[in-house]
Amino acid sequence: MAIKDYIRERFFPHIWCPGCGHGTVMNSLLRALESLGMSRNEIVMVSGIGCSSRISGYVDFHTLHTIHGRALAFATGVKLSRPELNLIVPMGDGDALAIGGNHFIHAARRNIDITAIVMNNRIYGMTGGQFSPLSGYGTMATTAPYSNIDHAFDTVELAIAAGATFVARSTSYHVKQLSKILRDAILHEGFSVVEVLSQCPTYFGRKNRAGSAVDMMEQYKNDTTPIGSKAKKENPDLIERGIFVQKEMPEYCREYDKIIEKAMKGN
Amino acid sequence: MKENIKFIQGNEACVEGALYAGLEFFAGYPITPSTEIAELMSYRLPQKGCRFIQMEDEIASMSAIIGASLTGHKVMTATSGPGFSLMQEALGYAVMAEIPCVIVNVQRGGPSTGIPTHVSQGDVNQARWGTHGDHAIVTLTASNHQDVFAMTVEGFNIAETYRTPVILLFDEVIGHMRERLVVPEEGEIPLVERLRTSVSEGVDYHPYLPREDGRLPMSDFGGVHRYNVTGLFHDMWGFPSDNPQVVHDLLRHLVDKINNNVNQITNFKSYYLDDAESVLISYGSSARSALHVVELLRPRGERIGLLELQTLWPFPDQLVRRTCEHAKHVIVVEMNMGQILQEVRRVVDQPRKVFLANRIDGVFITPRDIRNIMRLVQGKGV
Amino acid sequence: MGKLKLKEHVITREWCKGCGICVHFCPKQVLELDDQDKVFAARREDCICCELCELRCPDLAIEIETEQGSE
Repeated sequence: MAIKDYIRERFFPHIWCPGCGHGTVMNSLLRALESLGMSRNEIVMVSGIGCSSRISGYVDFHTLHTIHGRALAFATGVKLSRPELNLIVPMGDGDALAIGGNHFIHAARRNIDITAIVMNNRIYGMTGGQFSPLSGYGTMATTAPYSNIDHAFDTVELAIAAGATFVARSTSYHVKQLSKILRDAILHEGFSVVEVLSQCPTYFGRKNRAGSAVDMMEQYKNDTTPIGSKAKKENPDLIERGIFVQKEMPEYCREYDKIIEKAMKGN
Repeated sequence: MKENIKFIQGNEACVEGALYAGLEFFAGYPITPSTEIAELMSYRLPQKGCRFIQMEDEIASMSAIIGASLTGHKVMTATSGPGFSLMQEALGYAVMAEIPCVIVNVQRGGPSTGIPTHVSQGDVNQARWGTHGDHAIVTLTASNHQDVFAMTVEGFNIAETYRTPVILLFDEVIGHMRERLVVPEEGEIPLVERLRTSVSEGVDYHPYLPREDGRLPMSDFGGVHRYNVTGLFHDMWGFPSDNPQVVHDLLRHLVDKINNNVNQITNFKSYYLDDAESVLISYGSSARSALHVVELLRPRGERIGLLELQTLWPFPDQLVRRTCEHAKHVIVVEMNMGQILQEVRRVVDQPRKVFLANRIDGVFITPRDIRNIMRLVQGKGV
Repeated sequence: MGKLKLKEHVITREWCKGCGICVHFCPKQVLELDDQDKVFAARREDCICCELCELRCPDLAIEIETEQGSE
């Protein structure tokens, strides 16, 4: 199937701003799915609220556009009740890690087979540029007019600590790597987290004098490095890209199958 | 003793009713006084190959059952006041996206953490208006275990018929009290199953286009029809819309599908109402004391009767108005500060003849409490 | 087997928002924005079919159609 067979063309052009990284994340995700040759009927996309969450309207799968921060909880219900379905949950940084932070760590802890994508643009875009838990100390936002004193989470470290069995990071610049990582994340049996640095030129870029979408992508190119690279040793400020964790652990729905087996034997 | 006769808690009767109705998925979070429901579900559901999950909070529980309902399963969660507060946003989502599901609230005293191990009926209005925005909702209750069972089954039937969340508003006394339950034979109570679309693959399916009879056939997630579900106002395909006509029509539909079927949704019991001059109106555990008063005073020649409401929302306006028409006075018996009293006063011709017999101290209302109020109302002094 | 050869830059003009990502990152400077800020292939003969424009486009507005070239 061609990539356009996976989208609802009638809703294009989409609502994202010119140069928004989220469109590129969708692009890479569709290519990952295309390369896997997955049928549209076996994919359920669950999203929350925010710019990122609008992705569910554009893709031709079973799509569930839910409430702010709760996408993973809805997805858990879908997955556990029909484990054969493939669950993809794209979220924004605020959606996943502020209002949805609790669901994020608990989904990771259970190791339920869901692919969580954190489209990290370091800002609340839909509401016009407020700081998020990933904006970082010293950034500017409409709710941090004197600069932000909140420290950021490290999504990767948080996901690892919470027990996610696949954890990776890439950017909207590194599209080939991103597509490959998303593919691996979907194939992984267990809870996978892919953080994608995704530029918001409209709010984060403007507020923080980061320039255009192109400038911000240049930054992704220059400020990131493959995991464990020599460059990282020389410059610890570089952000690492790649797959941090990929391990086999019992998956939640499979574990529950065992519970059913036990319970039915006792009957 | 026959196997279908049980001596159990109300919370257990609720579980029996849910399983009888065909419950397949339960998500919950522990909270007094509803916890036994989750405990028993975790034990019973896997025995029939179905699934239970303890979520990280009540928000997640409510969200998870909505997700599971979309894959074609009958679903339920159970909680009490504080947890019910947390569920309100997702409950509104289920209203908007028309997801069949059942939410049990075993009421305790509030506001806030309140009085967890004691009885109250203070969440009547929260059940009606807890979630934001105009909407209709169905809320059922019961005063004994046989009815807890029956209303639980009825809750699932209504949820499937109208594609709506249904709230089962029990209370601590009902939840924890032990009494007899006779589990009906299979088929004795008719069950409403999920109505699935007959539209075949490749043909345009409209998840939000009501049939002529008002029902909306569903298609399971994972099936051949891929559509969108959202909490935004949406068109007949489920895609967001801000077209004023679409917004207006959807809101009307959401309210009318419930409110135009009040008669079908209304469940109640009446005791000695034909010639009653004193009409008691009650529901849930407090109806037990009210019935006691009626059965005590009838043999003494008092023309007193009881209307026991089992459907609280949509409020049965006509039933209550008709019942109170010839009454000299009406006494609403409830364990809150007059939440159903308000409704009764709203619908009767002479609101001044409606009085309240209540308790709000966490102690179960007794027949004596009710009689004391009655004597005042009847001008007999205390 | 020949190398992949460019057949056409298929551009969906209505979807292009003129962000310039494809123009900037094209290794051969094949692409430009026109006076309406829509992308077009100004030097199509320089295209090496790396497809990075297609992969990076946030609007799914550009597609590189290729064919099998002869030796």
